[in-house]
Amino acid sequence: MRILVVEDDLEAQRYLVQGLKESGHVVDEAADGENGLSLALSRPYDVAIIDRMLPRKDGLKVVAEMREHGSATPVLFLSALSEVDDRVKGLKAGGDDYLTKPYAFVELLARVDALMRRRSPVGVKTRLDVGDLELDLLTRGAKRSGTDIELQPREFRLLEYLMRHAGQVVTRTMLLESVWEYHFDPQTNVIDVHISRLRAKIDKGFEAPLLHTVRGAGYMIRAH
Amino acid sequence: MRTGQLLRTQAFRIVLVYVLLFALSVAALLAFTYWNTRRTLDAQTDQIIEAEITGLAEQYTHLGVRGLVEAVRARSLHGGQALYLVSDTQHHYITGNLNAWPQLSEAQGSQFVEFDYERPVDGKLETRRARGRMFALSGDFILLVAQDVHERYLTTRMFTTTLPWTVGLILLLGLAGGALMSRNMLRRLDAINRTSGEIIKGDLTRRVPLAGSGDEFDLLAENLNRMLDRIERLMKGLREVTDSVAHDLRTPLNRLRNRLEESVARLHASGAQASEIERAIAETDQLIGTFNALLLIAETDAGTTRAAMTALDLGEVAADVVELYEPLAEERRVKLVLLPPGPVTVEGNRSLIAQALANLVDNAIKYTPEGGAVRIRIAAADTGVDLSVADSGPGIPAEDRTRVVERFVRLEASRNSPGTGLGLSLVAAVAHFHNAELVLQDSDVPGAPSGLMAVLRFPKPVSRVATLKNAAE
Repeated sequence: MRILVVEDDLEAQRYLVQGLKESGHVVDEAADGENGLSLALSRPYDVAIIDRMLPRKDGLKVVAEMREHGSATPVLFLSALSEVDDRVKGLKAGGDDYLTKPYAFVELLARVDALMRRRSPVGVKTRLDVGDLELDLLTRGAKRSGTDIELQPREFRLLEYLMRHAGQVVTRTMLLESVWEYHFDPQTNVIDVHISRLRAKIDKGFEAPLLHTVRGAGYMIRAH
Repeated sequence: MRTGQLLRTQAFRIVLVYVLLFALSVAALLAFTYWNTRRTLDAQTDQIIEAEITGLAEQYTHLGVRGLVEAVRARSLHGGQALYLVSDTQHHYITGNLNAWPQLSEAQGSQFVEFDYERPVDGKLETRRARGRMFALSGDFILLVAQDVHERYLTTRMFTTTLPWTVGLILLLGLAGGALMSRNMLRRLDAINRTSGEIIKGDLTRRVPLAGSGDEFDLLAENLNRMLDRIERLMKGLREVTDSVAHDLRTPLNRLRNRLEESVARLHASGAQASEIERAIAETDQLIGTFNALLLIAETDAGTTRAAMTALDLGEVAADVVELYEPLAEERRVKLVLLPPGPVTVEGNRSLIAQALANLVDNAIKYTPEGGAVRIRIAAADTGVDLSVADSGPGIPAEDRTRVVERFVRLEASRNSPGTGLGLSLVAAVAHFHNAELVLQDSDVPGAPSGLMAVLRFPKPVSRVATLKNAAE
């Protein structure tokens, strides 16, 4: 996958580019808004990671102009500004996701993966499968090895999100933002408790667990 | 503009007092003029009567009754204003141009009195006003000498009839003028109040409009605007400082975290060095968390954040937070209850309110022993909306309640449990941001009187509550 990184803090840029390359992506980089914009418009990227404050052209402006020129590349904003309002501003300007510095690289990678996944829709799905676990999106029912699993509405949404991103790391913040649609810092890790409840429902009594904890990052659902 | 509001204005009150004083002085002036005019005219009349009586009394002394009758008859023929009547003590008519005794009480004796009499004018009898005096003559005769004062009577009566009208008219015009003046003043003040209201709500770019007349209201508006310019400049400065503090600290923190991550990746995942660095990462994250909370407190407390305000359903946010914390509460064997579910609309920022409520619920669960309960309640009244979180924990002593809201304050009892000491400060800051209030008090949950109840008191809710209540009636 081809990723564009526009970041003026060269130290952070180097780290970001290196990390993404190690994860198997092709990366182009720019250190200011003007160069970033011309790169973004010159070739198709699967994801663009753009700093909010850039010399020569502000990050918000870069994205706004990208959108004006018809670019649909998903954009992840990085910001060192405070976030209560800047987040909304970034998303309004055409950004698809927003991450505040300092961030954990795993968080960034998980979000980049999620943005790419969003980019390639596989038609409208009515059923999600991971191994012998199946989720019927129409009847809102879940089954594992043919046995019905009783799920609360929120548990259903949680499982749906995990299954839509099967094989990808999903972080706790991503879950809070997507499943609960809130953006704040719960002091205790409440998401973990929800996950262990869900795990008890889908994995208990089965030999091969599907819901895995990825140390230092989050969770992942996968068959093997 | 309602009438009630108009009547309460200072301008109207001043005008009212002024108009009353003015009407009173006009009335006093008219009354004095009336009294003085009458007194002067009466004195003239009385002098004439006095002179006549003296003359006639002399006639009587020198020429007796016959002489008096002659004199009266002669003078009566002159006509004019003079009126005479001579009678015996039984008031039997003897002579004079008055043909009957007017109805006078004895008590009036020999004072000057006024009475009505009748006399033909143009063939018709007319009742007219006269002023005169009785004089008892020695030898059982009574002499009445009077003057026709009908013209004077009519003139002075005009005073008494016009007085109430005049005063009434002054009051009416004065009040109308007052209302007009105060309405004008109220309109100018309304403009100022409206602008201030919008500024308090957060729109610092608003300015008080000037009428362009250069009057004292324009002067006030100019001064207010100058003050607002200054506040706006200060707020902008503060915002820039917060932004640059955020930026200048986040950038190196980001590099630090990156480097630590990089180092741990190069090491053997199971090695002792790797776990050391992982611990350093965890410490860094704690530092970042504290920094973020501090920044959020600074921004919301000062109101410099541009966080969007929308009409939001407090019931829904509370239900979401309860749902989010419910598994945690169950794990800790604490009952989590939301009362009553249902929509209550307030103006606010959804994530900030969720963050504040999450902090309160988190604290409540943390300090409630196993088997205890945490109750979240939304109480909507006309005066405001109370969002409260009550627990059955040990509570906070009353003397510490103001202190715990301050930044980094942690009570002895909780010194060793995890937390930054910023949770309640953040709740208080979010409350300020919403013009709400954070109140810490004793729990009113039956059976848990020692527990803490944290109340977020929001100002008057948006219409919805009132509508629901009306529908229920």
